[in-house]
Amino acid sequence: MEQFSGKVWVLGDDIDTDIIIPTEYLALETIEDMKLFGFRPLRPELASQIGAGDIIVAGKNFGCGSSREQAPEIIKALGIACVVARSFARIFFRNSINNGLLLIEQPDLYGDIKEGDTITVTVNQSISYRGKQYPITSLPENLVEIIKAGGLVKAMRKRNGLE
Amino acid sequence: MGMTIAEKIIALAAGVKEVKPGDIHTVALDRMMSNDGTTHLTVDMYYDKLKHPRIADTRKMVFVVDHNVPADSPKTAAAQKKMRDFAREHGIDFYEGEGVCHQIMMERYVCPGELIFGADSHTCTYGALGAFGTGVGCTDLLYGMVTGTSWVLVPETVKFELTGSLPQGVYPRDLMLTIIGHIGANGCNYQVMEFCGDGAKRLSVNDRMVLCNLAVEAGAKTAIFEADEVALKYLESRGRKPKAVFSSDADASYAGSYTFDLSKIKPVTARPDFVDDVVGTEEVCGIRIDEAFLGSCNNGRIDDLRVGAAILNGRKVAGHVRFLVVPASQEVYRQALAEGLIDIFMAGGAIVMNPNCSVCWGSCQGVIGENEVLISTGTRNFKGRAGHPSSRVYLGSAATVTASAIKGEICMADML
Amino acid sequence: MGQTIIEKIIAHNIGRETVKPGEIVTVKVDRVMIHDIFIPFVADKFEEMGFTRLWDADKAVLVYDHLVPASQLDDTRHFRIGDEFAKKYGMKNVHRSDGICHQLMTEAGYVKPGHVVFGTDSHTTTYGCVGAFSSGIGYTEMASVLGTGTMWIRVPETIKVEINGELPPGVMSKDIILRLIGDLGADGATYRALEFSGSAVDGMTVASRMAMANMAIEAGAKCALFTPDHKTAEYCEIELDEFQKSLTGDGDALYCQTISYQAEEMVPVLACPSQVDKIRPVSELAGTVIDQVFIGSCTNGRLEDLQAAAEILKGKRVSPFVKLIVTPASRKVYQEAVACGAISIIAEAGAIITHPGCGLCCGRAGGILSDGERVVATNNRNFLGRMGTSKVEIFLASPMTAAVCALAGKITHA
Repeated sequence: MEQFSGKVWVLGDDIDTDIIIPTEYLALETIEDMKLFGFRPLRPELASQIGAGDIIVAGKNFGCGSSREQAPEIIKALGIACVVARSFARIFFRNSINNGLLLIEQPDLYGDIKEGDTITVTVNQSISYRGKQYPITSLPENLVEIIKAGGLVKAMRKRNGLE
Repeated sequence: MGMTIAEKIIALAAGVKEVKPGDIHTVALDRMMSNDGTTHLTVDMYYDKLKHPRIADTRKMVFVVDHNVPADSPKTAAAQKKMRDFAREHGIDFYEGEGVCHQIMMERYVCPGELIFGADSHTCTYGALGAFGTGVGCTDLLYGMVTGTSWVLVPETVKFELTGSLPQGVYPRDLMLTIIGHIGANGCNYQVMEFCGDGAKRLSVNDRMVLCNLAVEAGAKTAIFEADEVALKYLESRGRKPKAVFSSDADASYAGSYTFDLSKIKPVTARPDFVDDVVGTEEVCGIRIDEAFLGSCNNGRIDDLRVGAAILNGRKVAGHVRFLVVPASQEVYRQALAEGLIDIFMAGGAIVMNPNCSVCWGSCQGVIGENEVLISTGTRNFKGRAGHPSSRVYLGSAATVTASAIKGEICMADML
Repeated sequence: MGQTIIEKIIAHNIGRETVKPGEIVTVKVDRVMIHDIFIPFVADKFEEMGFTRLWDADKAVLVYDHLVPASQLDDTRHFRIGDEFAKKYGMKNVHRSDGICHQLMTEAGYVKPGHVVFGTDSHTTTYGCVGAFSSGIGYTEMASVLGTGTMWIRVPETIKVEINGELPPGVMSKDIILRLIGDLGADGATYRALEFSGSAVDGMTVASRMAMANMAIEAGAKCALFTPDHKTAEYCEIELDEFQKSLTGDGDALYCQTISYQAEEMVPVLACPSQVDKIRPVSELAGTVIDQVFIGSCTNGRLEDLQAAAEILKGKRVSPFVKLIVTPASRKVYQEAVACGAISIIAEAGAIITHPGCGLCCGRAGGILSDGERVVATNNRNFLGRMGTSKVEIFLASPMTAAVCALAGKITHA
């Protein structure tokens, strides 16, 4: 069973895609160019503070708004290992799966968590924090397939005989 | 010793009987215009650098937001807000989105005989109404705003005698580009270009604006026409009266003179990256373009839109071309609407924007990208002016620009 | 067991009698929409996936709208990549400056009732106004659809929204959808279909339905559905076939929630900074000084919106020191507005009228604002930082409310 730990950054409810990556940066050529502008309207310093393996814990409706796929791509590029939220917006959820960014829906952790603390994630089972266990549900089969393949691009390459 | 029109205007503003080139005089400014290119800098200096900030006469000030309309960034918006708040606080005439500054000044303010400073190089446009208009920086503008005066080094005048009439399909823009090509980018450095002759008299005020507007591209301090019946009629139709009507004395002294026979002028194009690199348009025909621009203080008036619409009518812009059409003022736009021109541009696939400096300013609207080619009725084609440093800008008439937009490459209207 | 509209569309698409919410099925896609902002990424992923041809070039539509006219150097790169992709894969349906993608998809006849459509933009829900199942997806997903012509979906549950009666004067369909989003919350319809019905809906034009379908995503919805009727048929220039006529929620269909409104009780509202679900009646904020008004976007940039604004602006001038920016949703709308005199009236009032496109809504240019400024806008999002700095306040409103505010220079009841 896959298990990992990470330092937590806490964001609130309804974190929308204009906050995750403002439109004015969408014509930059690569995700690498864009990632340092992540979360700028809300927390301008955050993008440069995030370290590889860190975890975002957020409230409800994380990723609401636009279908811009750069949103989960940037979060992944910044090194975030997974996003734990009370709920996710639909398009963002799908885009994250397609890019191999692990999303975990957990209703109660957000109320207890403090920024800077560490949590341990046991994939498809639970999150452990300060001695308490927060259960997490597993993803539907077809989504597991995409993640197992390493994202949608890899899945399609396999289909087209390139992997 | 007689004086030229420009010298008489300066003498009047200086309150002296006579001036001659090389003199320095303190003049009372009749008007000052500032746009969103630099007003925020003027405002900053006003508050930060002056011990006793005050405005000599707010009725002489005109602020116009025209370069970045609608605003394209928080930085632009902040600069414009500064300008807006200042105008509001001090009761200064303020225009935002009404059109390009020089067009508004000509439509609503300029009077023959006036001495006008503008914080924009194309202020020389006002010579079309027999006024002395010249571009200054924000510091000079500040000084003028606070004191109502400035110093002027009296420039020499160079006579440009125009004879005959322009042939069909050849426009004032072709004439002025030809002149600049002939005399060079420094051709009239610090001098006044005085247009006269029977050919000059036949030009409308709009035509005269095309000529005067580009004078700075030959290094001139300004350009001027005598305010004759044509100019006075324009003025009257707008309910204004001249401050003074001057003609050059027969014994006035000129630093040089040129004669241009309008009937011999051909369609020309200025090649990248210099306004004076002027060649016959046939020499650049066939060059593929990515964007075409019909607008600016030089060629965004109703005459120019009529020329463009007549050519585009019943045709379509080439698939790969972005053809931006931008009237120079709301007044021009409304007239174009009433004449059905806007509909022709929209039906033909053009991109019609609100009156503003647009592509000519090259920084917020219709910018061109890497290695792209633009043909434009704007005032300048310096390297990187309209976008990417590798991009190339050709300057041509409204007819050439429109025909090129349709063909997808530089071409003349009669080649369609 | 009766079916909701979305269930009928999906079942028909996959050749079954019925489907149930929660089922995962693979649909055949009738049309896709890609726009300028994301085409470089779509093109990249498409080729990375190893596809060498589109499943059906005729079913793909490419629209340049967010970046028209170009305001940054990088914008033209998107046009170049888009043009190259279209040429390479034989795409003919390319619109380079005809207006906003969501306006064109129905206006140009690409989407018909009963179609299954996906687009690289969250407001793809718009085409539900003609009874199509349409939804937004990311560019990787779009690349896989371009190659396969299919997509997996989870059949959503349906929320029934009934609006009966007649809208009072001064109230538009925008006020209704804002009210609904306020009641549901930004995630109240996540994963669900919003199905609209009722006498007030029947009485609406397709344009008014479009404003509502457009904003369904702001409540998190997967899609919005309206029953195709004679107005739909006229708008789409078709005659409805049996299947299309059947696209109404059955009496015994299962809805996870039913919301009913009486149209007479609706009032003009605003979505307040900086969330779409922060809804307040206009009257509550009356007197708030504003700096700018924007009338346009795929939500409210259509002829009826411009006409509604023109009626209020006629013979009057925008308040001094306030900017009114008007951006029609398409070239066709602009021309129609010129023909009926609306553009003239709006111009006389002192508006800044720009070329059809997304304009200020997408926040790249078109009227960006600075610290402390306030804008009343007819688009669909007011998120923090969307139209300038994070200290700009965006209030979403109907075109009528927006026009009244432009004249007053402050938030004002129509």
